[in-house]
Amino acid sequence: MATQASQTASRLMLSPAVLLLFLWMIVPLGMTIYFSFLRFNLLMPGTEAFTGFENYVYFFTDPAFWPALANTLTLVLGVLVITVIGGVALAVLLDQPMWGQGIVRVLVIAPFFVMPSVSALVWKNMLMNPVNGLFAAFARGLGLEPFDFFADAPLASIIVIVAWQWLPFATLILLTAMQSLDREQMEAAEMDGAGPFWRFLHLTVPHLTRATTVVVLIQTIFLLSVFAEILVTTNGGPGTASTTLTFLVYMQSMLQFDVGLGSAGGIVAVILANIVAIFLMRMIGRNLEA
Amino acid sequence: MGEIVLSEVKKSFGGVSIIQGIDLTIDDGEFAVFVGPSGCGKSTLLRLIAGLEDTSSGTISIDGHDATHLPPARRGLAMVFQSYALYPHMSVRKNIAFPLRMAGVPKDEQERKVEAAAKVLNLTPYLDRRPGQLSGGQRQRVAIGRAIVREPSAFLFDEPLSNLDAALRVSMRQEISELHRSLKTTMIYVTHDQVEAMTMANKIVVLNAGRIEQVGSPLELYKSPANLFVAGFIGSPKMNFIAGAEAAKHGVHTIGVRPEHIAIAADGPWKGVVGLAEHLGSDTFLKVQVDGIGPLTVRAGGEVGLNYGDTVGLAPQAGKLHRFDEGGRAVAG
Amino acid sequence: MSRAVSTRRKAVVTALAWGVGLVIFFPILWTVLTSFKTEGEAINAHPSFLFFDWTLENYHTVNERSDYLAHFWNSVVIALGSTLIGLLIAIPAAWSMAFVPGKRTKDLLMWMLSTKMMPAVGVLVPIYLLARDTGLLDSKTGLVIVLTLVNLPIIVWMLYTYFKEIPGEILEAARMDGASLGSEILYVLTPMAVPGIASTLLLNVILAWNESFWTLNLTAANSAPLTAFIASYSSPEGLFYAKLSAASTMAIAPILILGWFSQKQLVRGLTFGAVK
Repeated sequence: MATQASQTASRLMLSPAVLLLFLWMIVPLGMTIYFSFLRFNLLMPGTEAFTGFENYVYFFTDPAFWPALANTLTLVLGVLVITVIGGVALAVLLDQPMWGQGIVRVLVIAPFFVMPSVSALVWKNMLMNPVNGLFAAFARGLGLEPFDFFADAPLASIIVIVAWQWLPFATLILLTAMQSLDREQMEAAEMDGAGPFWRFLHLTVPHLTRATTVVVLIQTIFLLSVFAEILVTTNGGPGTASTTLTFLVYMQSMLQFDVGLGSAGGIVAVILANIVAIFLMRMIGRNLEA
Repeated sequence: MGEIVLSEVKKSFGGVSIIQGIDLTIDDGEFAVFVGPSGCGKSTLLRLIAGLEDTSSGTISIDGHDATHLPPARRGLAMVFQSYALYPHMSVRKNIAFPLRMAGVPKDEQERKVEAAAKVLNLTPYLDRRPGQLSGGQRQRVAIGRAIVREPSAFLFDEPLSNLDAALRVSMRQEISELHRSLKTTMIYVTHDQVEAMTMANKIVVLNAGRIEQVGSPLELYKSPANLFVAGFIGSPKMNFIAGAEAAKHGVHTIGVRPEHIAIAADGPWKGVVGLAEHLGSDTFLKVQVDGIGPLTVRAGGEVGLNYGDTVGLAPQAGKLHRFDEGGRAVAG
Repeated sequence: MSRAVSTRRKAVVTALAWGVGLVIFFPILWTVLTSFKTEGEAINAHPSFLFFDWTLENYHTVNERSDYLAHFWNSVVIALGSTLIGLLIAIPAAWSMAFVPGKRTKDLLMWMLSTKMMPAVGVLVPIYLLARDTGLLDSKTGLVIVLTLVNLPIIVWMLYTYFKEIPGEILEAARMDGASLGSEILYVLTPMAVPGIASTLLLNVILAWNESFWTLNLTAANSAPLTAFIASYSSPEGLFYAKLSAASTMAIAPILILGWFSQKQLVRGLTFGAVK
């Protein structure tokens, strides 16, 4: 509610941001949709032709598609399960009175600020490398055969790395939510004779529901586009063992230069992400009113 | 110099009509108070005059010029907000100087005016503090100082005392009244507190549901309220309303009598039982359940030895009875 | 009211928390330690934790390779540049939405957020081609533009949640005091919002610094920031752990320190104000 003049000013000041984001969304997306209906390979310029849904058919029948979809879902779900359970546990732990809480908090949060290519390289070479890695050294110390993480369990290894990066995020948000828990309510329950387990289940857990939902949805958005970790560690291999949708599209467009096919894959990824996004927006929209 | 004329002013937000056609003249130098229950549109009306909202229709003229479409800065008005709205990152000095700085007044003149305003408002020792370091009353004075230096043609106050505690409210009320006496500038003051309205105003504008119920001096409103709403709103404790058979005796739909106009008299026409007695020393307030009429509030001067359960006789003072027709309008005579 | 907690319980909790904290922090700690080792020591089959010959040789080597500094500089330009331009566009927009909200403000905010949810890979090809055709491929300018747009929704949102906490009456007071819109934003809103703007800046520098999709796909030799520089270490194996560690340490140290300062804002920024 304001005057005509301030509404005009408001519109004027809003328009650059809106216009830029609109262009940023509509132009590339439009081009992707357009390309996805073309036979278009950068190595064969001049051979572009309209092919209808051929690219989509190719994309869906690509032997790598179903594994990639499965890998994507495994990666997202795996990381979510680890980070949410670990995050709740850590948040509960860090919420207790202790000495040096600030320092522990700083230690736990640190991985989130490490750039993905660094964390992938550190895990790949210095920890998980079957010859020179620290885990191999441990295994040998215990008289065991070192495990070749990226050859024998590539996807699981990537899940571990990505979970390590996102665990701090989940912890931090859940801890913040935990600290806004009504202490008086807790004390009242304690006065009423409720045990610690009952209090956790009936007071803490419901209180964390909203924060957990936010964690799950926001992480999902980021996890659907995990890229550097795969590029640096396994390059999607061996075979398609650690290829996700994002990585598949990258390979098709940037390595095989098949713009048409890559675009079709991109559109599939967009649709997938939108399904998630709808839930997220509802969630945040509801909080906006609160 | 500070005459404000509203004619046919209307305002609606998204189809909801908040101000339903207001015609009002506030004379130069007048202290006008807009009073009414929350949601009656009094703050909106003030914001329309300030230019913080657009009118949906109608005109506002200030000093004889049409100001309906002027931006707030060019209306020559100053406003004191409920939350004081001080700039927290500026010292008191800079807060008061801000309107001068915006008007491009030279530095030394700014300084002179700020010092002068600070002196009037007893703020000189605090000029280099931040608003956060001041008490509520001091903040209020800074807000007033910021308004004074502009030398506006009228001051607008939007419930300026509602964030202060009761004792401070009384003293600030007196300060604002004194300020008005010394500046002689038009002031428009919005409040929901009828005591503030009664004590400060030359002219009270009673608003209800976006309409003016009555305009008049405090005592005019007290003595001859135009309708049930004004009668009930002005005066504390509230006027007693009696409908039914008792009112029919006076030939109207409803009669009203103020608590201070009911005498305790053993031979009074109304008999009742005291339900609640509040002994304040200076006054005694009684809630009396009167046979055939219902509960009445009675204000008796000084100490009255009546308590819960006592039986009393009550007599309305002659000539102090207000009579209202079915539509709630006052009936003369 | 603090509750009495037995010292024993507190000691157990402390030990447990520190244990877990150190395990989580260990990969970073190990990287930092390794950066002070010789290459031989770094791949020792019996790695030593603290008792090795500490050396700064790796840092010298990495720094002497002038390209490290160049990449570092690219990261600074890209992260700071995209954030500052983003702020310039976002401050007026957030002002509008926070102080002159209309019926569609909420939808608009939601829509802005939705652009953030579009997976990058969906628009990889056109952006790549557009960058190539406009000569912005492998240029800092190109990356600044892309990262500005990528992070703009987050910047607008963060500023919006901070601006919402500033009472509108103060801006109205400025208007009554004769301030023009420009003065109102410059002299009243911005100084009041400095903490919020600083947090927004911090979080977005961090996000832009670590952004690893566009920086890897749109750069080659010239404008590659640290993300791409570090990723180039992925192919060769063998005697380079110590140098990799030194480079990694230098790449993450500035952002790690910034990040520790902005923990609280991080929660608010990344959850779009849903968790405070």
